[in-house]
Amino acid sequence: MGAIYIMWLRELKRYFRSKAQIAVSLGQPTLYLLALGFGFGPVFAKAGNGSYIQFIAPGVIGMTVLFSSIFSGMAMLWDRQFGFLKETLVAPVPRIQIIFGRTLGGATVASLQGLLMLIVCLIAGFRPMHQNGVGHNWLALPAAGIFIGMIALVFAALGASFGSTIKDMQGFQMLMNFMVLPLFFLSGALFPLKNLGAILTWITHLDPLAYGIDGLRGVLIGNWQFSLTWQFNFMFDFLLLAGLAAIFLGTSAWLFSRIEV
Amino acid sequence: MIHVENLTKKFGDFTAVKDISFQVDSGEIFAFLGPNGAGKTTTIKMLTTLLRPTDGRIHLGGFDPWVKQREARQRFGIVFQDPSLDGEQTAYENMELHGILYHVPHKIRVERIEHLLRLFELWDRRKDLVKTFSGGMKRRLEIARGFLHTPKILFLDEPTLGLDPQSRNQLWTHVKGLNEREKTTVFLTTHYMDEADRVAHRIAVMDHGAIVAIGTSAELKAQTNTDSLENAFLALTGNALRDEAASSTDQMRRFAQMWQQRR
Repeated sequence: MGAIYIMWLRELKRYFRSKAQIAVSLGQPTLYLLALGFGFGPVFAKAGNGSYIQFIAPGVIGMTVLFSSIFSGMAMLWDRQFGFLKETLVAPVPRIQIIFGRTLGGATVASLQGLLMLIVCLIAGFRPMHQNGVGHNWLALPAAGIFIGMIALVFAALGASFGSTIKDMQGFQMLMNFMVLPLFFLSGALFPLKNLGAILTWITHLDPLAYGIDGLRGVLIGNWQFSLTWQFNFMFDFLLLAGLAAIFLGTSAWLFSRIEV
Repeated sequence: MIHVENLTKKFGDFTAVKDISFQVDSGEIFAFLGPNGAGKTTTIKMLTTLLRPTDGRIHLGGFDPWVKQREARQRFGIVFQDPSLDGEQTAYENMELHGILYHVPHKIRVERIEHLLRLFELWDRRKDLVKTFSGGMKRRLEIARGFLHTPKILFLDEPTLGLDPQSRNQLWTHVKGLNEREKTTVFLTTHYMDEADRVAHRIAVMDHGAIVAIGTSAELKAQTNTDSLENAFLALTGNALRDEAASSTDQMRRFAQMWQQRR
């Protein structure tokens, strides 16, 4: 247990020590929120979908969590290069504890980033709504926290699986372009997933982040307007993410236990 | 303390370590000498559970490290050829993390961290991030860390690489002192003949994955009819230069070092 705690604590220390990093990693999603949010706003409203800021806010929160969590897992690449990984590999604790500690730490940090982004969204004018679309619903925020945590856990574990496998910068770049960005663009963070073509519909169903964004958007702005959320069902989205988190955690533990240097 | 029988490691067609056998007694300082690519680091990696041997048997303090992995790991400490510290944490935090991973009880951990940091003259810098340390300080911290959980065996893989003579000298004084006081068995590799001559009780010379000679410094000199260990080493391994292939990991490591210096 001590090993899980100390590895978790290490991730948190690193996070709080790089204040500049916190601000920088909020910069990109904020840019998406403001530039796309206000830029596409008129078109989106004309199409009869209401406020684009309301729509995109859960998307950029999900984006923040996705990038933060998946990078925390891939940060193992740096530990491999700077050598610290070996210190944890020869330690007399089951490697599953090391990887769980790291992953939980990465997920905690990503959740904190997601909550910070939620605050940025609230400042920019985003308001959580009741399920029927009438009036502000501040009680939706705790439920949003649950989905932020689930997205963080799923992708921290996925990132850790990659981190245990990739050994150099080229592999990192490849994953970034062919895995992380498609995950983000096909998740419904930026556009509604309703009424897409058959192929795109099929692909989006394979994107784990789509269920996370769907859940987050469902609890934050409700599914009163049929075309905005995708297939929102709190329990379905939640259980699917929980199942994926378990699978990815298992995968990362197995891959990490096989590392030889 | 360490028994190795017919240890072999193959990477594809290439045999890095060929059927080596040796024994290190309790409390002994044992040195592995050999040119680049002789298989020293591969051997250490197999002894410390980082690499699975292709064939052969290992016993560390009575345990087969591949059967009783955790028991074996608890009993040895290792200082790697390249740094394995967490630069984003302080010296004290690095020690504490190690103590927790190695199940050192809180009270003993606090005492021993202070003792070792004072011994290696790092106590005043304990609250500084390790990335601000010089090469010599990092090395000292790694060795202090290696001793934290009072290991029965300490592995040192080229611990003095890139250090100035003062740091090297001080480092060996500490290692010898701890070897005498705590009866730690020390297994080291080095390129510096004078160091091996000075600290090691027995020396094994390795070349092309095999052990070509083993014995005390005096025995090796007598065996080769030479007057210094350096000449004995050259007589045993020849004058040809060895080339090592650089892996992508090495390239990344160089990149990482450059990047670290720039900050």
